[in-house]
Amino acid sequence: MKVLYFAWLRERLNRASDEVSPPPEVVTLADLIAWLRAKDEALDHAMANPAIFKLSRDARIVPWDTPIAGAREIAILPPMTGG
Amino acid sequence: MIRVTEKPFDPGAEANAFQAAHTEAGAMVSFTGIVRSKPGDPISALILECYPELAENELAAIRQTATERFSLIDAAIIHRHGRLVPGETIMMVLTLAPHRQAAFDGAQFLMDYLKTDAPFWKQEETAAGLRWVQAKPEDDDARARWAR
Repeated sequence: MKVLYFAWLRERLNRASDEVSPPPEVVTLADLIAWLRAKDEALDHAMANPAIFKLSRDARIVPWDTPIAGAREIAILPPMTGG
Repeated sequence: MIRVTEKPFDPGAEANAFQAAHTEAGAMVSFTGIVRSKPGDPISALILECYPELAENELAAIRQTATERFSLIDAAIIHRHGRLVPGETIMMVLTLAPHRQAAFDGAQFLMDYLKTDAPFWKQEETAAGLRWVQAKPEDDDARARWAR
């Protein structure tokens, strides 16, 4: 599945996306974030305050406890500043 | 109507067309967000990053919720992304209702929700370089007042 990064998170990581294949024990989006942070120090630091981020699954904002099974595209969304 | 676009648009023409499409409405509210350069802290441009697919989905959901909650006749959101210079229109919200209170409330609700839930990120271009606009806690507070 694809993981997308936006705005200052994208800049901190120097890339807009990753293609990942999480192991079976990664069940929810929260699990996925923990798994991604454990293997990427820059992401771990950038998400030191995880509560500020929203997550989307296949282009809909969903709660962190949403399962990832069957997901095509996950995005990690820093606080939004539109309008 | 939801439109997420890089193209400039004419807010006056949009408002007129929106109003003309519904003869049963007694009130229309329009809000226009504009790129602003402060005299003491000037910017040369505002660059808006966007996740277009998510923006369209979330804006459509927010519009649907507002339409039902305030019994709006219609609602529209237009939001630009890309590089905009001071004075340019960033976005527009339009509501049509039988009476003014629903039109005002619907527009306010749409603005408060899209500030925190529509995936756009602003970056200011200044003489010193680019800087990300920080999200404001009061935007979360403004959204929270609609919770029920």
